[in-house]
Amino acid sequence: MDGFWLAALKVLIAFALLFNIVLVLVWVERRLVARMQNRIGPNRAGPAGMLQTLADGLKLMFKESIDPRRAQLGIYLAAPVLALIPALLIFLIIPIGAPITIGDTTYDLQVTDLNIAVLYFLAMSSIAVYAIVLAGWSSGSKYPLLGSVRAAAQMISYEAALGLALVPVILYNRTTSLAEIVAAQGGTFFGIFPAWNIVLIPSFIVFLIAGFAETNRAPFDLVEAEQELVGGYHTEYSGFRFALFFLAEYINLFNISALTVVFFLGGWHGPVFGPTFLQYLLPIFWFLLKTAAVIFVFIWARASLPRMRYDQLMEFGWKRLIPLSLVWIMVVMVAVGLRRFGLPWS
Amino acid sequence: MDLSAYLSIALMAMLGTGFAVVALWASKRLAPNNPTPEKLAPYESGIVPLQEPAERFPVKFYLVAMMFVIFDVEIVFLFAWAVAMDDFGWAGIAAVGLFMLLLLETLGYVWKRGALDWNVAQRARYRVVVAPEPPVEEVA
Amino acid sequence: MTIGDWLTESANWAFLFLAIPTFVASVMVVSSRNVVRAVLYLVIALGGSAALFLMLGAEFVGWTVVLVYIGAVIILFLIGIMITRAPLTKSVDLSHPISAKAPAALLSVLLFGVVAWAVVESFGLETIPLPEEATRTGEIGLSIFTSWVIPFEVVSFVLLAALIGGIVLARKDEPAEVP
Repeated sequence: MDGFWLAALKVLIAFALLFNIVLVLVWVERRLVARMQNRIGPNRAGPAGMLQTLADGLKLMFKESIDPRRAQLGIYLAAPVLALIPALLIFLIIPIGAPITIGDTTYDLQVTDLNIAVLYFLAMSSIAVYAIVLAGWSSGSKYPLLGSVRAAAQMISYEAALGLALVPVILYNRTTSLAEIVAAQGGTFFGIFPAWNIVLIPSFIVFLIAGFAETNRAPFDLVEAEQELVGGYHTEYSGFRFALFFLAEYINLFNISALTVVFFLGGWHGPVFGPTFLQYLLPIFWFLLKTAAVIFVFIWARASLPRMRYDQLMEFGWKRLIPLSLVWIMVVMVAVGLRRFGLPWS
Repeated sequence: MDLSAYLSIALMAMLGTGFAVVALWASKRLAPNNPTPEKLAPYESGIVPLQEPAERFPVKFYLVAMMFVIFDVEIVFLFAWAVAMDDFGWAGIAAVGLFMLLLLETLGYVWKRGALDWNVAQRARYRVVVAPEPPVEEVA
Repeated sequence: MTIGDWLTESANWAFLFLAIPTFVASVMVVSSRNVVRAVLYLVIALGGSAALFLMLGAEFVGWTVVLVYIGAVIILFLIGIMITRAPLTKSVDLSHPISAKAPAALLSVLLFGVVAWAVVESFGLETIPLPEEATRTGEIGLSIFTSWVIPFEVVSFVLLAALIGGIVLARKDEPAEVP
């Protein structure tokens, strides 16, 4: 039963952690974007406005939830729940720090280490498409339907790019487990440069761009392009139902940033020194620092880039990212082959 | 086999669902609830909706989904090979290379046929028909 | 072995817990009057079979079912339904007369019988021990690229054929836009 309680404890911690991350993340984004746009941003609720998100969440709790007349109520209510679950589940596979040894037991700072974590991540992101498709369809309204058809096509296009961008990583690291991928990035090149997977530069770029599209962030936020689609798939959602979509969106932002760090930026690896407790805390610090840097890029892009047109978006995905990743996989496989097996005719 | 890795996934799914259901229920209880016909009508920027929302969309969306199925299958095969690449040596690289070349060819074919062109004005077929605009005849 | 013995094992309860919803959902797929609901029942049925694969230690196959079937094929269905005029309520086309239902039911029972017979004939009451741990992804790759390399290459042709079919479908929308 010990294993059960450990798993339950980890899940609870992960759940609480994610909610706090979202609270901070939304506030950070609003403040940052405000500064970039020469505004001040929320600064009233709590110190420097930090409690603004909490206040917004509580407000939404007390707002009326409208059941639109034409909605298919069962599916309509299930959609926001379905958006939240995959976001929560993806977080489970992310290693946030080096394993900690207390006494004789080693605790992984990762809720669960799946052998096929990469496949699991892709499967979960494809389930996230359902939430949007079903929300749009079941609302029984024009804008949500338009938004969700667009969103579905966008998300599946970039999910293909996302998956292809990960093939070189697996080739290079010989594993699909995230803990092992991070472990494989531990060494250095020539004793100075950290041996992160970022050497697979095209993969990194494709993954990051596809990540923007997969989380429906600007400049790929056509899903909820206000000027054309009002609110996109969640036009008809009000009150806490909308809050669930919002929550899922920010958890996904954190997840994709954390996964970028895990796959390409060395995970929790970084200079570690000092007493034992510092050796356990520093990896977590490095991981969070790198993740914060990636999140900053996401927010920066949102503040600076205009939204793409839909035809540009689809053509960029299928005519640039996917051919690029296919050719890059071939290059990597020949390079890795040469390194591991020598020349084919020798 | 050892399913303990899936225990936490099941727990998290239950916890998440539980949270969402309780929160939605609590919100429904705590929030005011006075629906009016206008409030319940589908949102159409203030215009009274006249027809069912279902419209017809370009068949391209379907094609994208189809291509996604193909690339998804490819990704799964590539993953299975990439993990065990060392066991196959150059023979594996050749097999996968052939497979990928065939898929690149598929992509090229689709591209050539204009299935990836989303910009209507730039479509080859559209240009052929529309581009040479007939000279406007002056009415005497 | 009696039913009582069978029920004493906890793994069999887990099997029932997964298999019954899968079975019910697959019946609902064909009996539902609403296309979208039918597709959603199909998702449940496929999810159940993915979970059964996981239970058998076939981790890779289980998640592939989720990724390819739930994540891609069903999305294809849903998009197909949405881009045509998807009725939000029951559709009349899906209510078939009993004369159409009876042969379909007969055929599916026959098919089930054949498959069940084949399984019982080949394995009988033999118990196949579960693997100690999940099959490594590498082993799947190994069997694809050693025993099944020809079918693997053929798959790419099948995919190509599917796409050409798609193109033929997609060509139809273009002339309409030409003024």
